[in-house]
Amino acid sequence: MKKLIEYTKILRSKNAGPLFITFDLIFNTKEDMEYVEQRLKKSDVSKVYGVEEEKIDIISYGVVNSIKITFPRKNISGSLADNDIYGCQQHMPLANIEI
Amino acid sequence: MKIVALNGLLGYGYNKEALDIAFSEKVDYLGVDAGSTDPGPYYLGSGKSFTDRGAVKRDLALALPKALEHKAPFIIGTAGGAGSSEHVAWLKEILVEIALEKNLSFKLGIVLSDVSAEYVIDKFKNGKLLNMSDEMPIDNQAIEESTRIVSQIGIAPIIELLKKDADVIICGRACDTAIYAAPCIFEGYREGLAFHMAKIMECGAMCSEPVAAADVMQAYMYDDYFELRPANPIRRCTVDRVAAHTLYEQSNPYLIFEPDGVCDLTNSKFIQVDERTVRVSGSEFKEAEEKTLKLEGVRCAGYRTICPATIYDPKTIENFDFIIDTVKEFVKENTKETMPLDSYKIFFKTSGGKESSMGVVLDVVGKTQEIADTVCALARSRMLHCDYDGRKSSAGNLAFPFSPSDIHVGEVYEFSIFHLAKVDSLLETAKIMIEEVGK
Repeated sequence: MKKLIEYTKILRSKNAGPLFITFDLIFNTKEDMEYVEQRLKKSDVSKVYGVEEEKIDIISYGVVNSIKITFPRKNISGSLADNDIYGCQQHMPLANIEI
Repeated sequence: MKIVALNGLLGYGYNKEALDIAFSEKVDYLGVDAGSTDPGPYYLGSGKSFTDRGAVKRDLALALPKALEHKAPFIIGTAGGAGSSEHVAWLKEILVEIALEKNLSFKLGIVLSDVSAEYVIDKFKNGKLLNMSDEMPIDNQAIEESTRIVSQIGIAPIIELLKKDADVIICGRACDTAIYAAPCIFEGYREGLAFHMAKIMECGAMCSEPVAAADVMQAYMYDDYFELRPANPIRRCTVDRVAAHTLYEQSNPYLIFEPDGVCDLTNSKFIQVDERTVRVSGSEFKEAEEKTLKLEGVRCAGYRTICPATIYDPKTIENFDFIIDTVKEFVKENTKETMPLDSYKIFFKTSGGKESSMGVVLDVVGKTQEIADTVCALARSRMLHCDYDGRKSSAGNLAFPFSPSDIHVGEVYEFSIFHLAKVDSLLETAKIMIEEVGK
């Protein structure tokens, strides 16, 4: 078992507009991408971010050995309770998932 | 046909030599994006630009004479970051100032894209407003409370102004892609290629390495493909960088959603042509049966006062939840004669805290600045001296980095509308104007 971040070259989060947050996992090799692709479940993401599974999209983008995860923000960017307007520091719960 | 992107955001700067290199051969169109919702709702709410005036003027002043000399229409998307009519006026003033200083004259096209609350209410009533997320529902109140609403225009209004021979075009809120896709589609290039190229170009040299939003990018359009090459010789485009670009800030790497339809990259091919150039082909466009425009609106959520502080004592950190409850109760008790309970909100925004120190920003938003100030002062002093079981550091719980400790932030905005409106025409929200500058 390793942490998800250890499999990746890039692991980042960012707003996809103020209503959504999107995560890019970019891998060094196709093998690494496929290894994670087969093991990372929506239920894992749902658990660490507290968001319903059916609202989570996980899309593989093989052209650059990458996986994209997108779901709606619970706190819209800039709403009173929001703590990360750009959404670029939301990746650590994902990074720490054990694969 | 050659299109140049000044950089990824007007006011972020770029290398002047790179601009010279880009214009050492014939340039047909110059573009620059000036907008983003990334910095949050404040800028649309306040009507202020989120980019600095001096930096914007520098970026424009170097580029404008070159664009005019090459007779390359210069298209500027989403003025002032948020693209309301006030932002457009702000940017226009800078352009006119440059024209006077440099003795330039040109035909200026302007697209305003503000919409009224009545327009949105009408859409809502007729079932033509679509939610983008369950977290952002809509009702009449949200629309009526909105102080500024803009629509993200697509390519259509820009093409109208190109038909009228505009030399420079300032857009209100516009899709980032519209800046670069509009001239290509106007010139008859394939929409799939035009939108894919535009999606990459709107970020400047982000698709190159070393990566830089703050530098000049070049695209060359052909019938069946386009090529990308950064102007600055220290940078190169690689297949990985270019292909990875559609991951960035997008919800889906294969699909780019536009008012006109969807650009589908499933069959896109990327080829390294030479060390610094990448060729892209195969991107396809599917026209939408029902056209939509994205609406963005904000409302004032109150006035903010904050107090940042640090807690170093682990015992205080351990008792933080107790302190929060005590502070909230204290404020409620001490304001019940002077202000209604719903006239303020208190947030404790923390970071760190488990092992070492904990940062906390006491964040108060009140219906007026006075309410926010009063509540913040009460909460801060109570938090500083809040007693708890086993407390040894009885002189104070908080390290304040500043005097004064409380900061008056001013008006606070929040997004009230972020919805798609079904439209009969993609020009229906655009107000198009053209005028001579410097004559």
